Amino acid sequence: MKQNYDLLVIGGGPGGAVAARTAAEKGFSVCMVEKRPAIGVPIRCAEGIGKDVLSEFITPDSKFISAEIKRARLVAPDSTSMMLESEMAGSKVGYILDRKVFDRELAWQAADAGADVFVKTRASAPIIVGGEVKGATLEHCGTRREVHADIVIAADGVESKFSRWCGMNTTVPVREIMSSVQYLMTDIDIDPHTTVFFLGNEVAPQGYLWIFPKGERSANVGIGISGKKSGAGHRARDYLDRFVSATFPEGKTIECVVGGVSVCKPLECTVADGLMVIGDAARVVDPLTGGGIYNAMFTGKLAVEVAEKAIEAGNFSKSALMDYDTRWRESFMGKAIARNYQIKEYFVTLSDEKLNALIQSASKMNLSEFSTLALIKELIRRNPKLLTELAALRASLG
Amino acid sequence: MLQVHRDICGYCGCCVSVCPEGALELIDAYLVVGEECTGCGICAKVCPLGALEVVDEAEL
Ligand SMILES: Cc1cc2nc3c(=O)[nH]c(=O)nc-3n(C[C@H](O)[C@H](O)[C@H](O)COP(=O)(O)OP(=O)(O)OC[C@H]3O[C@@H](n4cnc5c(N)ncnc54)[C@H](O)[C@@H]3O)c2cc1C
Ligand code: SF4
Ligand code: SF4
Repeated sequence: MKQNYDLLVIGGGPGGAVAARTAAEKGFSVCMVEKRPAIGVPIRCAEGIGKDVLSEFITPDSKFISAEIKRARLVAPDSTSMMLESEMAGSKVGYILDRKVFDRELAWQAADAGADVFVKTRASAPIIVGGEVKGATLEHCGTRREVHADIVIAADGVESKFSRWCGMNTTVPVREIMSSVQYLMTDIDIDPHTTVFFLGNEVAPQGYLWIFPKGERSANVGIGISGKKSGAGHRARDYLDRFVSATFPEGKTIECVVGGVSVCKPLECTVADGLMVIGDAARVVDPLTGGGIYNAMFTGKLAVEVAEKAIEAGNFSKSALMDYDTRWRESFMGKAIARNYQIKEYFVTLSDEKLNALIQSASKMNLSEFSTLALIKELIRRNPKLLTELAALRASLG
Repeated sequence: MLQVHRDICGYCGCCVSVCPEGALELIDAYLVVGEECTGCGICAKVCPLGALEVVDEAEL
């Protein structure tokens, strides 16, 4: 480990790894530190990602893909279901990754591109000089050292502390944390190419329960409920256990995943002097779906592109880095977050009766593109009243 | 006072994100509670597994 780098990346998830890889490819000296002893474990993810967006960052490879997804099924509280398919018949719309291998592959690529990578190495404090973040104190197996960098990228995930230590407010409102548990189950009857989403206040209050295939007879069976609805005797685990014992009584659980997904608005500002915040740490998860893998990679790459200009200009101030904040907000991803936040705020108010009515409006939908936006547009077409209720969204839905 | 039931905790960091005081930190596979903790119980409410408990110090 050197004492000085152009960039120091804190966290070895998909956001941090893509940032480190991008920086190394651009010829910068970059160091990525991960506090856990191994990249990619324990996983905290249902591992779903869209086909197109994955290819933006990595060539899909069977070694980190567990299943190919062709369609999705939404199940209403009254068990009515709606099948969502892509108009492009037969084409796959997404993947269920094997994140243990996927995260590792990204870190590998970062290292191959020239990044320094350290595991079991935790950032425990920022180095702040004259109000500007200049590096971090790193702790590794009982040793402590200071590493300086022109720019620090905080990619430290949902449990992020670094940007808070630098003075940012990162607290997720209780009602906007999805308290989640998931079992990787095997020996269960599933459709290996369909993701299933169960909605309803009895099944998963202000959240959803999912079955994401991991193979012919295996799947991630998980749930996220609003923190507001969680409490003793009615936690995510209680809901999931009830579902699993009713639906897959003979199934075997070979892994238990726990996690929190933020579905709040992103941080008010994702840069400070010498600091850029990306991925879950920046709270850029899609508030409707809870998906954050792509958003982490997207913000990781964009942050480095802006950092490149700052480094060339020798200016690491907040205003020099601000372009990152502006650009992700204006991007397709930023707009999707803003829109889906509004849609999520509406959906969490829906009674089971309304959810039933929405899903009953079609047993099958052929979407022009496989996205939440296309689904919402179709739902509105079939339930025109929705648009009055979603008035705030009219402009952005086009 | 906040008690962490380590045998239940899945070290996921969900609780860390909601603490208004920034009192929690997940250090690899264990959670530490800082002095800033006010015992408000928000973290205990959201924990997916129920690994946190606010206990009355007088009862300890
Ligand atoms: C139950 C669940 C299901 C999900 N399902 C999906 C899904 O199907 N699809 C999807 O797209 N997204 C999903 N997500 C969200 C997705 O997992 C995250 O958005 C994604 O991992 C974010 O990547 P990241 O790089 O920002 O953070 P992370 O992957 O969380 O990586 C952050 C890393 O930083 C490390 N770190 C933290 N603090 C420090 C420190 N001080 N020093 C050094 N290292 C540190 C952590 O150990 C961690 O490895 C799910 C999340 C959960 C909890
Ligand atoms: S939310 Fe619960 S399981 Fe997760 S780290 Fe906190 S105490 Fe542990
Ligand atoms: S009890 Fe309140 S202050 Fe203490 S750690 Fe939990 S959320 Fe933070």
